[in-house]
Amino acid sequence: MAQFKGTDTYVASRELEVAVNAAVALQRPLLVKGEPGTGKTVLAHEIAAALGYPLIEWHVKSTTKAQQGLYEYDAVSRLRDGQLGDPRVHDIANYIVRGKLWDAFEADAPVVLLIDEIDKADIEFPNDLLLELDRMQFFVYETRKTIAAKHRPVVIITSNNEKELPDAFLRRCFFHYIRFPDRETMEMIVKAHYPEIRQDLLREALNVFFDIRQVNELKKKPATSELLDWLKLLTIEDMPPEALRSSDAKTAIPPLYGALLKNEQDVHLFERLAFLARRRGG
Amino acid sequence: MFAPFILALRAAGVPASITEYLALLRAMKEGVAGFSVDDFYHLSRAALVKDERHLDRFDRVFGEIFKGLESPTGEAPRELPAEWLRKIAEKTLTPEEMAQIEALGGFDALMEALKKRLEEQKGRHQGGSKWIGTAGTSPFGAYGYNPEGVRIGQEESRHRRATKVWDQRTFRDLDEDEALSSRNMKVALRRLRRFARTGAATELDIPGTIGATARNGGSLDLHMVPERHNAVKVLLLMDIGGSMDDHIRICQELFTAARSEFKHLEFWYFHNCPYERVWRTNRRRSETERPMMELMRTYGPDWRLVFVGDATMGPYEIIQPGGSVEHWNEESGEVWMNRLTRHFRKAAWLNPIDKDHWRYTQSISIMQRLMENRMHPLTLAGLESMARELAR
Ligand SMILES: Nc1ncnc2c1ncn2[C@@H]1O[C@H](COP(=O)(O)OP(=O)(O)O)[C@@H](O)[C@H]1O
Ligand SMILES: [Mg+2]
Repeated sequence: MAQFKGTDTYVASRELEVAVNAAVALQRPLLVKGEPGTGKTVLAHEIAAALGYPLIEWHVKSTTKAQQGLYEYDAVSRLRDGQLGDPRVHDIANYIVRGKLWDAFEADAPVVLLIDEIDKADIEFPNDLLLELDRMQFFVYETRKTIAAKHRPVVIITSNNEKELPDAFLRRCFFHYIRFPDRETMEMIVKAHYPEIRQDLLREALNVFFDIRQVNELKKKPATSELLDWLKLLTIEDMPPEALRSSDAKTAIPPLYGALLKNEQDVHLFERLAFLARRRGG
Repeated sequence: MFAPFILALRAAGVPASITEYLALLRAMKEGVAGFSVDDFYHLSRAALVKDERHLDRFDRVFGEIFKGLESPTGEAPRELPAEWLRKIAEKTLTPEEMAQIEALGGFDALMEALKKRLEEQKGRHQGGSKWIGTAGTSPFGAYGYNPEGVRIGQEESRHRRATKVWDQRTFRDLDEDEALSSRNMKVALRRLRRFARTGAATELDIPGTIGATARNGGSLDLHMVPERHNAVKVLLLMDIGGSMDDHIRICQELFTAARSEFKHLEFWYFHNCPYERVWRTNRRRSETERPMMELMRTYGPDWRLVFVGDATMGPYEIIQPGGSVEHWNEESGEVWMNRLTRHFRKAAWLNPIDKDHWRYTQSISIMQRLMENRMHPLTLAGLESMARELAR
């Protein structure tokens, strides 16, 4: 069995590797939690790449229902076809729309199934999928067929932590909480994305970044993706590292801050903090 | 190995179950973790802890239990002892072990006993005969884990320590009390749900279609309706700026976590008693202030109004004009309360103070009267009764 390990492009801690490998070996779902931007979604891609499996992604929204992951019966189209005398109407199977779990179960080789941001859906959503994920099969009433996994997929479930998940669901998973990267780890992550980046620019930028994250009043603290975007802009603009130096979060607004602060209120807050600091300083 | 580790976890409030423990043993057998102690720590954590708030408790218990793995000089071994590992690997629950647990009155009774034992040990220095895991003298020693390996409650060896991952306690700040958790809160608030069909028509209206098709002489006439959505709108008015702050923070978090249960959720603050102004951000009070009258114009009577506060103050703060402790109020709090409850016909008050004490505080009694007895304690049961009340 191929093992999951961090790669050139993805920085994985040993604890994350162990959790992933346990879930793969025991064929149980891995639940990954953590602040937005801690690499949960990308992790599923990396696991698929490491194992050499295709990835099937199911992005959950607030209106997503568990049943949609299995299949949906499109009665409306069938009625319409019936009216129009379309011969397809005689086979109900023509109106069964497969969901992501079905795709994952019927795949000819094992796959990685990502159920992304499960906490977005209704509180009962995970419970409704419990049995199917456990047994790796489900029944299609309309065609009286059981769809069973040919190969148990590797199931990766992510959550942004907004909601708690039901106990029965949790007991079946392995769990890993990705902590927000510390400075050292963040440096590795940045280098994984921009191997060529100037060390002095990176150092100054990380100072600013972690300073900004200290400001507790922010509605949305910048995370890894914002940092990466910002660094890219700084590089494109060929910003000299000194330009960042004065910008300790409390005294001035860092250049191109729009990439770091996405929320208008946060920008205002920042401008005010900077203004106050300047007045006090000057 | 089985009993002490998992029981100690449960005693510490990590709800690990036997299912999860068996998963850990199987993963050991599969060789997921290799032989290093750190890997074993990571693996058992991924198998047994499902909530980041419990990670710190796990670290503490792990530290306690695995003191037994240290050499006399206090150095943590880098590898699990082979003998010990073999024992774990052989081990799943045997019928005899199950029988043993039953003989002790089942898992829960065992838990209880263990908890008591742990409490007795608190504050003690030296191992006595009741120390858990001291082979032979306690029922907890009977679980056949390797005596030179793992034990709970082994007395401190004073001189150490090489830093171990679990001793760094990196998850300390994630631990929090969870009597009212966001999940049980949400379940309670679900009673509030009011479904309405709004938005784009995406669902087949079956009765409508049948009726129309029949009228059409049998040729199909499809009718669609919008999907049902929860239409509940909640306005939270919260007492802030004093003894209430901790409760308010918790309450706000809980309601925010339950946000998906509502169509809209709005927070506003007051201090002690609602008067003519409320504000949205306590730190920037004056900038975010709004007249109460405007609030009533913004939020219609279909909004459910929930106050959160201890209603504990001088009675004059409610019943007298100018009674407020921080500004001159032209009209009394009572007048404002009446205005609010007349406008928002569905209203309730959540009070963090123990219900048994309400009647000893005059201001609570007054507020309870103004609320027409719709004050509920800030507990799970209180939330449930509030939700039932507001759903009516
Ligand atoms: N450990 C990591 N190694 C490399 N890149 C990372 C890592 N963690 C996050 N990133 C980067 O950060 C960004 C956000 O990651 P994403 O998976 O979308 O986060 P999440 O799903 O947790 O919100 C991506 O560009 C990703 O490449
Ligand atoms: Mg994501």
